[in-house]
Amino acid sequence: MQDPAITPDLIAAHGLKPDEYARILEIIGREPTFTELGIFSAMWNEHCSYKSSKKWLRTLPTTGPQVICGPGENAGVVDIGDGQAVVFKMESHNHPSYIEPYQGAATGVGGILRDVFTMGARPIAAMNSLSFGATDHPKTRQLVHGVVEGVGGYGNCFGVPTVGGEVRFHPAYNGNCLVNAFAAGLADADKIFYSAASGVGMPVVYLGAKTGRDGVGGATMASAEFDDTIEEKRPTVQVGDPFTEKRLMEATLELMQTGAVISIQDMGAAGLTCSAVEMGDKGGLGVKLQLDDVPQREPNMTAYEMMLSESQERMLMVLRPDKEAEARAVFVKWDLDFAIVGETIAEDRFLVLHGNVVKADLPLATLSGSAPEYDRPWVETPAADPLTEVPEIDPIDGLRALISSPNYAAKQWVYEQYDQMVMSDTVRTPGLGAGIIRVHGTEKSLAFTSDVTPRYVKANPYQGGAQAVAEAYRNLTAVGATPLATTDNLNFGNPEKPEIMGQLVGAIKGIGAAVAALDMPIVSGNVSLYNETDGTGILPTPTIGAVGLIAAPELAITGTARDGHVALVIGDTTGHLGQSALLAEVFNREEGDAPHVDLAAEKRNGDFIRANHVLITACTDLSDGGLALAAFEMAEAGGTGVHLDTADMAQLFGEDQARYLIACNFDQAEALMTTAAQAGVPIHSVGKFTGDTVRFGHVEAPLADLAALYRSGFETAVG
Amino acid sequence: MKAAVIVFPGSNCDRDLAVAFERAGMDVTMVWHKDTALPEGMDIIGIPGGFSFGDYLRCGAIAANSPICRSVVGHAERGGYVLGICNGFQVLTETGLLPGALMRNANLKFICKSVGLKVETSDSAFTAGYNAGQVLSIPVAHHDGNYNADAELVARLTGEDRIAFTYMDNPNGSVADIAGVLSENRRVLGMMPHPERAVDERHGGTDGSAMFRALMDQLATA
Repeated sequence: MQDPAITPDLIAAHGLKPDEYARILEIIGREPTFTELGIFSAMWNEHCSYKSSKKWLRTLPTTGPQVICGPGENAGVVDIGDGQAVVFKMESHNHPSYIEPYQGAATGVGGILRDVFTMGARPIAAMNSLSFGATDHPKTRQLVHGVVEGVGGYGNCFGVPTVGGEVRFHPAYNGNCLVNAFAAGLADADKIFYSAASGVGMPVVYLGAKTGRDGVGGATMASAEFDDTIEEKRPTVQVGDPFTEKRLMEATLELMQTGAVISIQDMGAAGLTCSAVEMGDKGGLGVKLQLDDVPQREPNMTAYEMMLSESQERMLMVLRPDKEAEARAVFVKWDLDFAIVGETIAEDRFLVLHGNVVKADLPLATLSGSAPEYDRPWVETPAADPLTEVPEIDPIDGLRALISSPNYAAKQWVYEQYDQMVMSDTVRTPGLGAGIIRVHGTEKSLAFTSDVTPRYVKANPYQGGAQAVAEAYRNLTAVGATPLATTDNLNFGNPEKPEIMGQLVGAIKGIGAAVAALDMPIVSGNVSLYNETDGTGILPTPTIGAVGLIAAPELAITGTARDGHVALVIGDTTGHLGQSALLAEVFNREEGDAPHVDLAAEKRNGDFIRANHVLITACTDLSDGGLALAAFEMAEAGGTGVHLDTADMAQLFGEDQARYLIACNFDQAEALMTTAAQAGVPIHSVGKFTGDTVRFGHVEAPLADLAALYRSGFETAVG
Repeated sequence: MKAAVIVFPGSNCDRDLAVAFERAGMDVTMVWHKDTALPEGMDIIGIPGGFSFGDYLRCGAIAANSPICRSVVGHAERGGYVLGICNGFQVLTETGLLPGALMRNANLKFICKSVGLKVETSDSAFTAGYNAGQVLSIPVAHHDGNYNADAELVARLTGEDRIAFTYMDNPNGSVADIAGVLSENRRVLGMMPHPERAVDERHGGTDGSAMFRALMDQLATA
C-alpha cells in the first residue's frame, strides 16, 4: 500500500501543531515518512509526553525512606518490610470509556494490571474511581451500566479483588465520564523489574496477544476534545481479553523467575512505539525492529498500523540470549505468542523495517527526550465569594436527601458486580472507607483508598488538592493503617485555557503540600487533560489513590458500632457549609469556599487515632455529608440507632476537615478523653449509638426507613 | 490425605482452594490442565473457581474437554471424590459427572456477596460436618450460577437427597433455589458458593471450614 503524502491536513489530524511539525523537520532534517509522523504524534501527544503538566509534576514530593521506585516506571514501588514491596498506580481511561463504556473501562483495568505485573508484582487489589454525568442525562445510565460491567468483566476474570473506589454524578461529566483504575501488586523488594534495556545486540522479544488494528491512534484521541464527530472515534477503542491477560501475567511472572528478563515494558498507549522507545532511551541504546516478525491478527497490516496499534495484552522484553529456549517454553506452556522482533543496537537510532523497506529511521534519544514541554499560561482561580445565608431545614430531611442521592446512597449495586474476595485475603470489602487486603501468608495487611471532592477543587484548587490527600490519609488512618504513599490521577479540562491550567497548577501545589506534610509521597500517576465537550470542561478531578500498611492484625480498626457505644468526634467543628454535600444536594447550590485543610491538625489527629487504636472499636473519617452522614452510615453498618445531641444544621452537615467519628464503650471513651486532653487533640462526645432511630436533637426517624432509602437510592437512580 | 487441585489457564481460585485443603491437613498437589494423568493416590480432586478458558462461550465447556478432565472423570467413575466449586461446578456439569446446567444469572449481572446457604443433607463426606437445615454464610461470586434442571430432574435430586445446599434468598434464579448437588454415589459435589473463601475468621468467616474438616475425617476413615 502507498503511504499517503504528508500534508498540513494530515499533520493536523495527528494532533500536531504547526510549530511542533516545524520541530520535527528540524530534528530529522527532512520530511518524515507516514510511519514517522505517526510515531512522533504518538510520542508527543499529551497522554504520553505530559507536555502541559511536566513542569508542575516535577514539583511533587516523590521520595522517602519507604520509596523504592517513584514515578517514571510502569508503577511506583514502596517498601512494606520483610523484604516485600507493594507496587501500585492509578490511570485514567476516560475518553475510550465514554465512546465504548464496556471495552473502554475493561481495557482501563487491563492496562493498569499490566503496569503492575510488568514490574514483577502479582496484582492483589484493584479500585476504581468513576465520575458520571447527571442521572437524568440520557447517556448516564448506559455509561454506568457499561463501565461497571466492563470493570467487573475484566477484573473478575483476571482474578483480582476490587476493594474500593468512588462513584459520583455531576452534570459537569455529562459529556466526559471519568474512569480511573487503580491496581496494586505484591513483589519481593529485590526482584523488581524495570524498563531500561542494557547490552548491545540483545534480542527484543514480543510477548502476549497478536497485533490488530484496534486502538490505532488511541493515545492521540485521548488528548483531544470531543465534539459531535465522536461516534467516528469508536474504532480507536481497544478490545480487552482478560483471559489472555491472566495468562500473560502468569507467564510473565514465571518468566521472571528464570532470570531471562533484562528489561520489560508493557505495550499500553501507542503500543509498540512507546514501549520500544522507552526501553531504548532508558538504557541509552538504539532499537531495531523487524515488523515482519510481529505476530499479526489481521492480514496486510502496514508499518504505521503496527507501530500505533493499541491491541491489548502485549509486552515487549529484552531477553538474555542464552535463556531463549527456557523463555520460549514458558510462553508455549501458556499458549501465548513469543517472537523475536528486533534487537538493541549501539547507535542512537530507532530503526523500523517492514518488508525490507526502512519505514522509520529516527534518532531515538531525541525522539524520546525532545517531546515539547509547555509552560502554559495560567491564572490563579479567583477566591470564591463567601457563602450567603443557608435556610434552616429539618436535619432529618437533610439526611434523607443525601442518602437517597446516588452520590451518597450505598453502592452495593456497583460493588456486588465486582469480585471483592478472590484470592481469599480480603479483610474489609469495599463500600465504606478503606478496603483491606492481607499480605498473603503474613500477619501484615494493606489498606487502600481513593478520594477527591471535585466541588472543592473547583472552588479552591489548592485546598481541594490538599483535601483529597487529607481525606485519603484519614480513610487509611480510620482502619488503623499507617499511610505509605500515593498515586495521583489528574483529570482536568483543556490546559490551553489559562483558567483550567490554573486549576491544574493549584491542585498540584495543594497535593504537593499535603503529601509532604503527611509523609505519603507520590510514587506514580497519570494526567488526563482535554476532558471537555463542546468547550465545557469537567469539574477538576485530581483523584488520589493511597496505600497504607497495617503491620499487625491487632492494629486494625475494623469493628462496628454497637448499641450502647458512645459517639466521639476527634477534631474541631466550626460548621463549614461552603461547597458542602448538603448545599449541593438539598439546595442545588455549589457556593462558597472549600473547607480549608490544616495539615498539622491532620497529622496530629491521625497519629492520635493510630496510637490509641486499642480504645477504638469503630472509626470513620468525616468528609462530605459531615457528622450527620457519617453517624448514619456507622449506625446502619452496625445495625443500631444513633442519637446525636445537636440538631444544628452546620454542626451536623458542616464539612470541616481533620475529623473522625469514633464508636467505643464508656470506659474507652473516658480513657480517650483523658489521653486526647493530654495530647492537645480536640475531642467531643456528640451522642450515643442506641435504639432503632436516628435522632438529631429532638427530631428523629426510624433507622429501618432510612436504611431502606440508603440501600435503594443508587439503583432507583441508575439501576 | 492427598488432594489435587486442577489448574486451568484461567483458574483464579486454585490457590484459595489449595489453602483450604491444606488448612484441613491435606497434602495438596497442583495439576496442570495439559497433564493427561492425575498423580497416584489422590483421595480428592478439587476443580477450582475462575474462568478456566476465558468462558466467553459456555462456561466450563472447553475445560471439560481438556486432557486432565478425562482423568478426573475416570477418577470419579472409580468411586473417587471430586469437589467442583463455581467454575468447577460448571465444568462438572459439562463433563456429565453432575446433572443440570448453569446459565447466566437471572439479573444478567455478576454477583459477589455473602449469602445464606442452607444445608439440605448431612449425608455426604462433604456435608457430614453440618446439620441438615443449618444455615451458613458463604460468599458467591459468579455470572453464570443459575442452576437449571427440568421438573423430573429436580424431583429425582430431591427424592435421592442429592441437593446439598439451597439459597435462603435466591440470588441468581436457580431452580428450586439449588446451590449445590451431589452425584448418585454422593462422592462428587458441585456448588456455586465458595466455601474456600470462608475458612479464616479474619476474612470471610469460617462457615466453610467444616466442609474441609469433614472431608479430611471422612476420607481418613473411608
